[in-house]
Amino acid sequence: MLTDIVTMVRKEWKELLLSRGGLRGGLIATVIIPLGMLGIYAPWQSGADWLRSALLPAIWSWLPLLLVGALVADSFAGERERKTLETLLASRLSDRAILFGKMAALVGYGWGLTLGALVLGTITVNVSDPREAWQWPSLNTVAVIVVLGLLTSLLAAAGGVLISLRASSVRQAAQINSLALLFLMLGVFSGAKLMPASWRVSLGLAFAPPNLIRTEVLIAAVILLVDLALMIAAAARFQRARLILD
Amino acid sequence: MPDIVIRTHGLTREFSTLRAVDSLSIQVPAGTIFGFLGPNGSGKTTTIRMLLGLLEPTAGRAEVLGYDTRTQADEIRLRCGALLEHPGLYERFSAWDNLEFYARIWRLSRRERRARIEELLRGVGLWERRQESVGRWSRGMKQKLAVARAMLHRPAVLFLDEPTAGLDPVAASVLREDLARLARQEGVTVFLTTHNLAEAEKLCHSVAVIRAGRLLAVGNPDELRARARPRAEISGRGISEAVLEALRAREEVMSAEMRDARLTVELRPGAELGPLVTMLVSAGVQIEEVRKASLEDVFLTLVQEEQRC
Repeated sequence: MLTDIVTMVRKEWKELLLSRGGLRGGLIATVIIPLGMLGIYAPWQSGADWLRSALLPAIWSWLPLLLVGALVADSFAGERERKTLETLLASRLSDRAILFGKMAALVGYGWGLTLGALVLGTITVNVSDPREAWQWPSLNTVAVIVVLGLLTSLLAAAGGVLISLRASSVRQAAQINSLALLFLMLGVFSGAKLMPASWRVSLGLAFAPPNLIRTEVLIAAVILLVDLALMIAAAARFQRARLILD
Repeated sequence: MPDIVIRTHGLTREFSTLRAVDSLSIQVPAGTIFGFLGPNGSGKTTTIRMLLGLLEPTAGRAEVLGYDTRTQADEIRLRCGALLEHPGLYERFSAWDNLEFYARIWRLSRRERRARIEELLRGVGLWERRQESVGRWSRGMKQKLAVARAMLHRPAVLFLDEPTAGLDPVAASVLREDLARLARQEGVTVFLTTHNLAEAEKLCHSVAVIRAGRLLAVGNPDELRARARPRAEISGRGISEAVLEALRAREEVMSAEMRDARLTVELRPGAELGPLVTMLVSAGVQIEEVRKASLEDVFLTLVQEEQRC
């Protein structure tokens, strides 16, 4: 199945890169602009703070949600709209190879770009704001970005694919996906604002150095569980007959 | 490979209150081009979807290459090629990329991929345009490429759902020729749906006629033609009222009339056309063309018979 997943990933990436009419336009829109903004422009503006900010892991772990969220609507709804889905379903590919191939392509894009922007951002900071020694993000920051970046990419991919499987058009999938992202972000921010003061103190303690790693592991475990639930739901929703008749 | 490649028994598919396919029982021998003929909405596409295991039948069963469509659909899809309702091409991709993607799906090695793609693209006359995005191509070119894609992995059975639908007559004729040649070269069994009677007549070894999901008749075009009321259309000069009267007076003629500047003669069952042609010639008629019953006549006869039932 791995070979089939790789075949799907190659095809998805090729489609993504050709989505602007040509390879050059696709590379600029989907790779160079995001990398330029997140790996050069923002770190250049912030200087060394870019690597030291306590908010850095939190910001970077959200990033894949936005990157993947912008593309995921197209996954199944796009194939259906462009009348390529039925032919794909009539091929020898298994349900899982198609489903996980599409998810893997999105995760690879979101996570890969996040890691690429982190590396590029580190180089940019060292060029724009040089110090005696080379500046690195902390090990904890790197670990959080690598692990949470992967898990949030998977969250956006699995949730978005589930929406795209059910949607009748790319536009509908994109609208539902945007709303889901909006509710998620609003939920987190307003939840933090509306919670009682005593809870806020406890939360602050949870993110303070002695408890930080435990809290991060707990968050990662929760996201992982949600990821698994969404992947199981998407696998259950993936039925060839329903996809053809919807 | 089994002698009978496709076998259905009482195959039925319902969509809420609509019975799209109704107790369909057919057998398709290996190595033949089988035409599945019927008007739009008669259940042809639903039948193909069931045969490929994409839709489950509501009742009855079907086997393709000896595999059950309900429980062994993966085995069927592994061994079959399909050109469905739409070409299903990735329009941003070039012709080469489209075929390469499917060649990877069918696990062709790198060398096989290159050789097979070149062979097929040359076969359908698209080799010179292999690097162009197919989005800009005509429908005829896309259909040719889609046929090539369906044959990439040398399938034992090829399902083609209205392959010439929407094509202009020239493109349709070229595609028909390509199809017949490829099917002959590859020795593949072809299950082809069409609502074009002339196409079925030209391409198919045997034909099943379906209407509103029900099988009306099955057989080779000659056998089916024999089921139609014997009829001939004759065009020529000098067909006067007196000639028509002389024809109508003959025992074997049921009716003779001019329709659209052609003489249409309906004969009694078993009657021969030859003596009538001789009679027309001796009456001074200059005959340009004599056309016997076509599949269209068969189809109309079958529909009328069904409506009477």
